[in-house]
Amino acid sequence: MLGSCWLGRYLRTLRRFWGTALASQLEYQLNALIELVAMLASLGGSLLVLWLFYRQGVELGGWSWHGALVVLGAYTCLNGLTSTLLQPNLSRIVTHVQEGTLDFVLLKPIDSQFWLSLRTVSPAGLPELLLGLALMLWAAVADQGRLNPQAVLATALVLGAAALTLYSLWFVLATTAIWFVKTWNATEVLRAALSAGRYPISAFPAGLRLLFTLVLPVAFLTTVPAEVLLGRSSGAWVLASAGVALTMLTISRLFWRLALRYYTSASS
Amino acid sequence: MRGPRLPTWLRRHGVLWSVQFAYMAEYRVEIALWALSGVLPFIMLAVWSTAAVPDLGLSSAALGRYFLSAFVVRQFTVVWVVWQFEEDSIQGRLSPYLLQPLHPLWRYVAAHQAEQATRLPFVMLIITVFFLLQPASFGWPGVPRLLLGLLAVGLAFAINFLLQSLIACLCFWTERASALERLLTIPYLFLSGLVAPLQAFPPPLQHLALHTPFPYLIAFPAQLLAAEPMGAGQVFSLAGGFAAMGLWIALLLPLLVLLWRRGVRRYGAMGA
Repeated sequence: MLGSCWLGRYLRTLRRFWGTALASQLEYQLNALIELVAMLASLGGSLLVLWLFYRQGVELGGWSWHGALVVLGAYTCLNGLTSTLLQPNLSRIVTHVQEGTLDFVLLKPIDSQFWLSLRTVSPAGLPELLLGLALMLWAAVADQGRLNPQAVLATALVLGAAALTLYSLWFVLATTAIWFVKTWNATEVLRAALSAGRYPISAFPAGLRLLFTLVLPVAFLTTVPAEVLLGRSSGAWVLASAGVALTMLTISRLFWRLALRYYTSASS
Repeated sequence: MRGPRLPTWLRRHGVLWSVQFAYMAEYRVEIALWALSGVLPFIMLAVWSTAAVPDLGLSSAALGRYFLSAFVVRQFTVVWVVWQFEEDSIQGRLSPYLLQPLHPLWRYVAAHQAEQATRLPFVMLIITVFFLLQPASFGWPGVPRLLLGLLAVGLAFAINFLLQSLIACLCFWTERASALERLLTIPYLFLSGLVAPLQAFPPPLQHLALHTPFPYLIAFPAQLLAAEPMGAGQVFSLAGGFAAMGLWIALLLPLLVLLWRRGVRRYGAMGA
């Protein structure tokens, strides 16, 4: 009873948050159009670079053309998620710290990590998210001939885990602003490093492969979902990516608690 | 009493530069992070060297030198004038700048050059680490190539600055010029040679790319610094590359002057 009441309150709050965000975003329709064109051109560019390899008969890390497109689809989807939710919300943490408005957030009778992570939404990123999913499914069908419903279900799970992992990485980096104040471009470094996820992990040399699996989990963001969708992956990888997501989420939570202990408010 | 015109201009620029340098030196950590956010050429180097594409005509050592040079060129040609100008014009700082007897764009040029100077130690560090990790790629381009390369980096910065300032000028008409800058970033990213050496492009695409300013922003200076062969049968020729850079500057500079004048007239009309 108490649990559903609590969940209901958060869901109601979320609906209000996103309703107001949508209303204000609709004022800038031209921006949305430019965003759409930029997204299509950027995907076209990524396809072009991929084609530069495959037209020479090179198979990146042993992946077929369609297999590599599934990876690119997963990347596009997560990039869409970044523009829809992560970028608009988490890049503001630095501003809150700089301008002292973080105090107001902390005073609200709602979880501060929830407020900071989901306060607003940018619908301009949604087409990219959907296009990424469509590219994944289309390329998987082109590669396999048909889709196994079980694999699709498992992919949904793994992709969800990838989204949580990505969120946690962003959140931890954005939180470092509590100590360093001016790290508003730390997330740019993350974004640049994550662009490695456009390619299957086996396209990298052994050292980087290790780095992208154990330190910066790029492999779990795009390669693992693609492998699961193509039915090449065992259940162990599904469990591993769920484990990575839960670990990262816990780390982000603990890190936020730690950061708040060091936060000394605007005027002190 | 007045001295000759050029020294005054230079002295002014020197003062502006040193003020901006002091300002930028405050933001060392931030600038180091910006430098790090340019890792893309290294990621692409990893993919290209693992893929071992045939017919590329680049050994793995040459590939390493090319992408390292592309990284360095990018570091010293980054332009963020659109963001700064957009903020200045939205917040109303532009009006006092316009009153001063100095073209506001000079302020931004000095800021960019000061920031490049702050980047220098980080870039040197990254070059050192790169050669320690990949000693096989080490190669000294030779003094003439190095000097020509530095000249080309300077010209590439000029072209990029002119291009971006043209977009910044659109702030006089629209509030969100940075959205347009995003559109320009995309052909820049894929045609400049930052993600793929131009040798890997099929001939028609290479031909198309060479008719845009983008390859001269990264690929041409990077090939000079990497001491890649130029001339017949290659993507660039030495004279042809510099001539193209000169042409782009000759085209963009008058365009910028024209658009700026029109924009300021419009800006004045809006405030009146």
